[in-house]
Amino acid sequence: MKHKVINMERSTLLILAAVCIILFIAPLVMFSGHGEDDGYFGGADDAAGEAIEESGFEPWFSSIWEPPSGEIESLLFALQAAIGAIIIGYFFGYWRGQGKEE
Amino acid sequence: MHIMEGYLPLTWCIIWFVISFIIVAFGIYQIKKIVDETPESKALLAVSGAFMFILSSLKLPSVTGSCSHPCGNGLGAALFGPAVTAVLATIVLLFQALLLAHGGLTTLGANIFSMGIVGPFVAWIVYKGLTKANISSTIAIFFAAFLGDLLTYVATSFQLAFAFPAPTFGSALTKFLVIFAVTQVPLAIGEGILTVIIWDRLKAYKPKLLDKLGALAPNEA
Repeated sequence: MKHKVINMERSTLLILAAVCIILFIAPLVMFSGHGEDDGYFGGADDAAGEAIEESGFEPWFSSIWEPPSGEIESLLFALQAAIGAIIIGYFFGYWRGQGKEE
Repeated sequence: MHIMEGYLPLTWCIIWFVISFIIVAFGIYQIKKIVDETPESKALLAVSGAFMFILSSLKLPSVTGSCSHPCGNGLGAALFGPAVTAVLATIVLLFQALLLAHGGLTTLGANIFSMGIVGPFVAWIVYKGLTKANISSTIAIFFAAFLGDLLTYVATSFQLAFAFPAPTFGSALTKFLVIFAVTQVPLAIGEGILTVIIWDRLKAYKPKLLDKLGALAPNEA
């Protein structure tokens, strides 16, 4: 059976990718000159943690291991993204090489 | 959406852990069944998990001036449903809890519930609803991923408001929604777009497999 799947034009894909990039550059431009010191670009998770502490709650358990520095943390985050990217890249490359089914 | 290690009262840790455990166990059973019936879907499982790995590692700036990360849970939900996605989310959240001190073991159940269950469940319902109405799966996946991401953060806000309803539940909910959900809107749009791009390629490479999994709109199959 022939599938009636319609794929997007390359130009549509490029426009979508561009929208995505603009979406995430916009905050950097809007708040340019600001930084963590004046309360910008902090993590929402930490902000929630602070809000909880303000209510008087004492965290009763702390992480069994923490990255010892920002460098090690960014290393592990990069590793996380790399693992994902390798897997997706591997299969997409393999499927592309196989050619379309049928 | 990561509730930090130790930041939930013990009772709530247990409640979320129990609920999540049941669904993750069901998800593991479903994965076994899917892999038995359609062995070639293993690669799609890997891609769905990998997509979550990437997206949840990206801390992106938002127009509210703070940073948060997308979840990547819409793709797995559209392909395999929420229970399977809960299993994939568990792997991601364990990695982050153990190696990155992001989230935690005590809050694992709660974090699985938001990112692995509520978000994917919403994404799955939205995706199935739209494709059943013969809307193109590429458009359906955008709304599934957008709402899956957003509702993940809404779920976290509810969880925190339940645990810390001070001074009132409503005001606590508003406080956490402002922190999480508002920041998340542009990120959820971005996640929707990225999921659309991945989906478009999947449809180009594996249309028969997607059809076999029942993941296409009836007029596409």
